[in-house]
This record gives sequence, structure tokens and C-alpha cells, in this order.
Amino acid sequence: MAQSNGSGGYQAGVKNYADNYWTPDYVPNDTDLLACFKVVAQEGVPREEAAAAVAAESSTGTWTTVWTDLLTDLDYYKGRAYRIEPVKNDPSGAFFAFVAYPMDLFEEGSVVNVLTSLVGNVFGFKALRSLRLEDIRFPVAYVKTCGGPPNGIQVERDRLGKYGRPLLGCTIKPKLGLSAKNYGRAVYECLRGGLDFTKDDENINSQPFMRWNHRFEFVMEAVHKATAETGERKGHYLNVTSATPEEMYKRAEFAKSLGAPIIMHDFFTAGFTANTGLANWCRENGMLLHIHRAMHAVVDRNPMHGIHFRVLTKCLRLSGGDHLHSGTVVGKLEGDREATLGWIDLMREAFVPENRTRGIFFDQDWASMPGVMPVASGGIHVWHMPALVAIFGDDSCLQFGGGTLGHPWGNAPGAHANRVALEACVEARNQGRQVEREGREILTEAARHSPELAIAMETWKEIKFEFDTVDKITA
Amino acid sequence: MHIDPYGPTPRHVETFSYLPPMTPERLRYQIAYLIENGWSPAIEHSEPAKSMSNFWYLWELPLFGERSVDKVLAEIEACHRANPGHHVRLLGYDNYQQSQGTAFIVHRAGAR
Repeated sequence: MAQSNGSGGYQAGVKNYADNYWTPDYVPNDTDLLACFKVVAQEGVPREEAAAAVAAESSTGTWTTVWTDLLTDLDYYKGRAYRIEPVKNDPSGAFFAFVAYPMDLFEEGSVVNVLTSLVGNVFGFKALRSLRLEDIRFPVAYVKTCGGPPNGIQVERDRLGKYGRPLLGCTIKPKLGLSAKNYGRAVYECLRGGLDFTKDDENINSQPFMRWNHRFEFVMEAVHKATAETGERKGHYLNVTSATPEEMYKRAEFAKSLGAPIIMHDFFTAGFTANTGLANWCRENGMLLHIHRAMHAVVDRNPMHGIHFRVLTKCLRLSGGDHLHSGTVVGKLEGDREATLGWIDLMREAFVPENRTRGIFFDQDWASMPGVMPVASGGIHVWHMPALVAIFGDDSCLQFGGGTLGHPWGNAPGAHANRVALEACVEARNQGRQVEREGREILTEAARHSPELAIAMETWKEIKFEFDTVDKITA
Repeated sequence: MHIDPYGPTPRHVETFSYLPPMTPERLRYQIAYLIENGWSPAIEHSEPAKSMSNFWYLWELPLFGERSVDKVLAEIEACHRANPGHHVRLLGYDNYQQSQGTAFIVHRAGAR
């Protein structure tokens, strides 16, 4: 329907997206940012056209030709749909569309800018029934423009003096309603019983029942006392997430003034701009940064529409954080085992090769960017310890909230039980035993020397969370 | 219900300090694991009062390239005999990660 206006090359009108943006012969450059989308097109829309529309609307294109297109070199700037693959065993007609974007489309060091393009308008596009961003390959050149984790796993271990085992944590409960001093008591008991960390629940910010500064003061007294008594270094993730960046930095500064080794942030509700700024502050101030992920399941759980968690994981590693919640596989929250292994690799490893069985669509080279420690938290208790050690390995933080505080003798014995169970599983693994298969014997043996562990095992012996996974690997 | 009270906080020294004291038999497995991972064994010791520091006394030099469990065990015992009132720990230097693959207490001062 394009009409010539008689002035040379420009033709007003609407063209098929595929004319410009479907380029099956294109070989991606090392510096291209690559994306894989799972697409379901509306009836009658050819796959090539749908894939090209995604490439266009997430890069240079709009619905009609405009004369200013001719003032730039669109062939250089445009995103290109370069491959289409059917999704196996999918009755809805979904397919994977691979798109290559030239790096110059994105501001350096800004996952905010990358996401604004890739998951912007295109997700509401009428010609598509649903759309999911499955994976992004960030080119090394782009990775090098991002700050990344403020400290990373090795620096964290060196600061804490803890090696050869996962770290152990606990989220303080009830989530809401405790006074600052009562809250500090719960922290103290957990830490003196043998945990490395305790954690503010994500929705603890600064409510009327417990203002943030009161909490920080009582909690840090608990941390310092437990450290001095046990002779081991302890921390509590002080949540500095707040309504404005100014308030967030104020709280971070106060945490530092109290000698806190670690603070915490909710990267998704607060946003990547706030997170990247806070990560930079942590890097400059020698502070560890624990990252919570409230709201993630809203966008990553639906297998047909949204953003996969592995993409959020990559974006967080670039934006900056030393810990990130990863799911537990075995606890109360959703998490397919292979998919989880995929994204914990993306958190920790220097290079992650394409691996479709784990849902990883691209090789990802992290260059020398430090790793993020995965945090397993949510409905886990001592009986899960063997599986957690087997799944997560040493570079992880295992967090037992109810599984510490719910111990019939209180927090310190609960913490002690978890520490004994953890060390017994690590020792057994190092001895070459099959920790998951022999879990019951390993824990029973350890409990002979620990009445705290024995009573914990008795308390939670029947508790399991066995539901089917909603989001299965389809690659 | 009966409750065992958790008394004054006990001192601890990180990995494996919540398990019963190491026996030579259990220790052999851990040394073998360290060697199998390609880490360099090293021995450190400290007065208990100074054990919070990052830097304990290094016993001789790390045993670079040592593959014999017996030799590592013998060095640990030599360090323990020379420093009877000290904590003694074994660590594995991981030169790829530029960190320690493991570090755990072998002899705790005051433990029987």
C-alpha cells in the first residue's frame, strides 16, 4: 500500500515488518545483544511477520514508514529476527524467535535501558497473543560497562572467614508486627545458636510498629554480641528498601555507621535504577548487598507471557547484588530443578554455555564480573538439608525461617540444629557419600550428638511440599 | 514439654566446629577431598584469644603439590605438638578462584 510521493526513495505507508526485520541469513556479531522470545501470534499472522514485528517494535521500527527513517542508517541500527524454532510439545503454536540487536541501541551500563527496549511496548502488541522473553545474551563488551556485584562471592567469604560450606541464614518472623527490641531478641538467639546471617523480611521497611532506625540499633547490638560470644562473624540483612532513593541512602549510611557488614534491597519493586545506585554505593562503602525479589513471580511464572527469571537474574548480576534469591526446588515455592540449576549457574559462573535442558539459549561470557551467591529460602527445614547441599553446593546461602524459629526449644537450638545438619551433610559429601540418597542416615547419625537436631527432625518429619511445577522447560 | 535450655553461648571456630572433634579417620577423608579438588593444603594455628583475626600463624609454607594424605596428616600433628594450646586448622588454597576451597578446624584448644 506504499505510495510514492514523487521525491525519490521515500514511500509513505505501511510495510510488512518482515520486509525489513526478518533476516534469516544474518550471522550475529560478537557484539550484538541477542534475545530469545517465546511468541504466540494471533491467528493468520505468519511466524516470520510476528518475529519481525517483535524485532522492529523492540528496536527502531514503528507501525508505519516515516520520512525521518531515511535520515539515519536503519540497516545499522535495526534489530533483526534471524531464527525461528517451534516450541516442542506445545499445542498453542508457540515458537521461539531469536533477535539480534546492535549494541549501540543501548546506553552503556544500563539494564534499565535494555529492558525498556526489549520488554517495552512490544509486550502489548495486538498482533501477538502472548510473548515471553526467555533469555538474553549480553555481549562481553556490554558486560564490561556494568558495575556488577559490589563484592562477589570470594570477597564475601574472605570478609566473613567462612569456607568450604554453604552459609546459613534465617528470615525473622512474624513478618510484621514485632517491636524493635523483640525483633533484636529473635536475631540474637538465631545468631548465637550458629547461623551466619539473619534477614529482614522484605515487607519490613519502616512501619509504625517498628521504625527502621530503632530496628537497626537493636539488631546491630544483637549482631555484635553474638559475634563476640561465638567468635564467628555474623550479619543481619538490614532492609534499606524505601520510598525514595534519598531515604534508601540515608538508611544505608546509618547501617554502615553501626558497623553492619550487609544490607538488603528489593530490586524489582524498587526498580533497577535504585538497585544500580545502591550497588554502586555498596561497592564504594565496602558493604555486602543482599537482594530480595518480591514481584518476580508476577512476571516470570506464566510460561507463555512475561520475562523468564533467568533474564531477571542476568539483569541483576549486571545491576549489582552479592546475594539473590533463587528458589529452593524443594521448599514451598515454585522452582523446577533443571531450570534452577541453570539460573544459579548464571549467578555464579564466569562462563555459562548454551544448555537447552536447563533453558539456557545462549553462551554467556561474564568476563571477570564477580558472582552472585544464590539464596535458597522458603519453606525449608532440616530434612531438606541433604538435598539443598547437593543442589546448591558450597557457594550458596540456605535460609531457614520457620525451620529455625519454629524449633520447639526456641531460636538458638533451632539454629544449632540447622548448623549441625549442614556440617554433617558437607562432611558426608566430602567423604564421597551420596548425600541425597543417604540423607536420612547422615542426619540420624549427626543427631546422636545433637539433641537440638534430634528434636527438629522429629518436629518436621512429615512436612513436604509436593506440587507440580507450573513453568516447565520447553526448549 | 521438656526443653533443653540453651546456656551461655559456646565459642565456635567455623566449619565443622558444630560436629564432634575430628578423629584421624574422619580427617583423612577431608584431606583426600581437598587434594582431589586440586587445592593446596596449608596449616594455620592461633591462640584462641586471637582467633577472630583473618590472619592466623601460617605453619611453614602451604604444601604445594602434596598428594599424600599421610604427609598432610603428619604436618598437622607436628603443628599441633609444637603449639599445644592453639587452635589448628587445615585449609585448601584454590588458585583458580583465588580463595580457599575449604578451611576447617582440626584441633580445638581446650577440646578433649
